[in-house]
Amino acid sequence: MCLAIPAEVLEIKGNTAKVDCGKGVLIDVNIMLVDTQVGEYVLVHAGYALHVIDRKAAEETLQMWEEILNNE
Amino acid sequence: MTEKLKFRDPKIAKKIIARTKSLASGYHKFCHVCGTHEWTITHYGLRTLLPENIDVIAGPGCPVCILPAAEIDEAIWLALNGVTIVTFGDVIRVPGSESSLQEAKASGGDIRIVYSERDAVKIARREPSKDFVFLAIGFETTVPTTAVEILNKPPKNLTFLVSHRLIPPAMELLLGIGDLNIDGFIAPGHVSTIIGMQPYEIFPKAYYMPTVIAGFEPLDVLFAIYMLLKQIKNGEAKVENEYTRSVTRLGNIRAQKIVEKVFKVVDGHWRGLGRLPLSALAFREAFEKYDARRKYNVKIKSSRDLLPGCQCHLIMIGKIVPTECPLYMKICTPQAPKGACMVSNEGTCRIWAKHNFVVKIT
Ligand code: SF4
Repeated sequence: MCLAIPAEVLEIKGNTAKVDCGKGVLIDVNIMLVDTQVGEYVLVHAGYALHVIDRKAAEETLQMWEEILNNE
Repeated sequence: MTEKLKFRDPKIAKKIIARTKSLASGYHKFCHVCGTHEWTITHYGLRTLLPENIDVIAGPGCPVCILPAAEIDEAIWLALNGVTIVTFGDVIRVPGSESSLQEAKASGGDIRIVYSERDAVKIARREPSKDFVFLAIGFETTVPTTAVEILNKPPKNLTFLVSHRLIPPAMELLLGIGDLNIDGFIAPGHVSTIIGMQPYEIFPKAYYMPTVIAGFEPLDVLFAIYMLLKQIKNGEAKVENEYTRSVTRLGNIRAQKIVEKVFKVVDGHWRGLGRLPLSALAFREAFEKYDARRKYNVKIKSSRDLLPGCQCHLIMIGKIVPTECPLYMKICTPQAPKGACMVSNEGTCRIWAKHNFVVKIT
C-alpha cells in the first residue's frame, strides 16, 4: 500500500505526467501533489507522484555512508 | 536508477553490520511500523545478518491488516444494498465480522478492484447510472490521493468510505504497552515523505525514544539500525532522517494542505487494537456530501475483529512472530487466510509465509 517507486518525468500535460518507471515502462501519473519538471525523478504511489526525489541526496547518502564506515 | 543497486551493495552491508556488532552492547529491540520494511527485512534476511542481541519487531504498519472488521462490514452492507464498491485488491479478501467482500461478490455484490483512486473516478464517470463507493484505506502516504480526488470534484454517483489511519498515534500506542520494551523506532519512509519529521518529535521528547526515518532498500534499514545504536551509545534520543533522498524536514507541504482542507483528525478503531485517539480522518463539513456513511446512512451491527484463534492483534504490535501463532501455515495459509495479517501483501504473516518461514529466527 505504501509501496512507492521512483520514475523519471518524460512529459507533462496539465495535472498529468508521463513517467518512465524503468525498463521503458511508461505510465501516466497525477502530479497535483508535487511541483515537478521534465527530467526529474518522482516517487510514484498508486498513480500519483508523491515527492520529487533528491538525486543529489541519494548520492550524498552513499558517500556519507562510505565516509562514516571507513573512518570509524 | 543505478543508486538502487548501490543501496543493496553487499560490501557496504557487511561494513554496516560489522559496525552494528561493535556498537551494540547489551540487548536492543527496535520496532518498524511499515509492511514494506517488514518485506525488506524478511526478504533480505536482515534479522539473521544482524547480531543476536539486536531484535527488529514489526508494529502495526499494514493498512489492510488494521482495517477494522466493522469497516469491511460497512462496505459489505453497501454492496448487498445495490451500491458498487471500488477498492484496492488486498482489501476484498480481508475478513469482516462474518464474511469478506469477496464473499459478498459471490453473493451478487458488485465489487471492483482498482490500482489507483483515479480509476474509481473514471469508472464512476463511465457508468453514471450506478452508485459507486470507494473504500479508501491507507496511511498518510495514500491519504493525499483521496483528498486530491475529492478536491477535484468527483462525479455525483461516487462517494467515499474513508478508512484512512495515521501512523504516529499507533507508534504511541506501542510505547504505552509496558512489556514491549522498545529501544528505538524505525519510522516509515513513504509516510514521512508526506508528513516530514516533525510528527515524530514527541517520541524523543516525551518518551526518550530514538527515532530514525528509513528508506526501503536493505542498506537503508541497516543504516537506520546503525543510527539508532549510535544514538543509544551517545545517550541521545532524537529524530533522524536516513531517507534524505525522499524525506525532507517539513514533508510534502502541498499534500499536507490538501489533506487538511478535506479532512479533520478524529479517533479511530484499529483491528484488534481498539480505539486510538486522533488516529483517523473524517470529512470536514464542506465535503460531507462525499461521505458514503452519511449518504447511505450505513448501519451495521456489532463487529468481530478476530476469528477464534487468530493472533493478529499480537502480530500487529510485534508481541509475537507469525510462527508463534498456532494456526500459522496449518489452518491459516496465504491460500486460505484466517486473519488480515495473512491476507495483505504487507501483513507480517503473509510476508513470512511467502518466504517459507517455519522457524522463529529473531
Ligand atoms: S497466522 Fe493467520 S491466524 Fe495466525 S495471527 Fe497470522 S493471520 Fe492470524
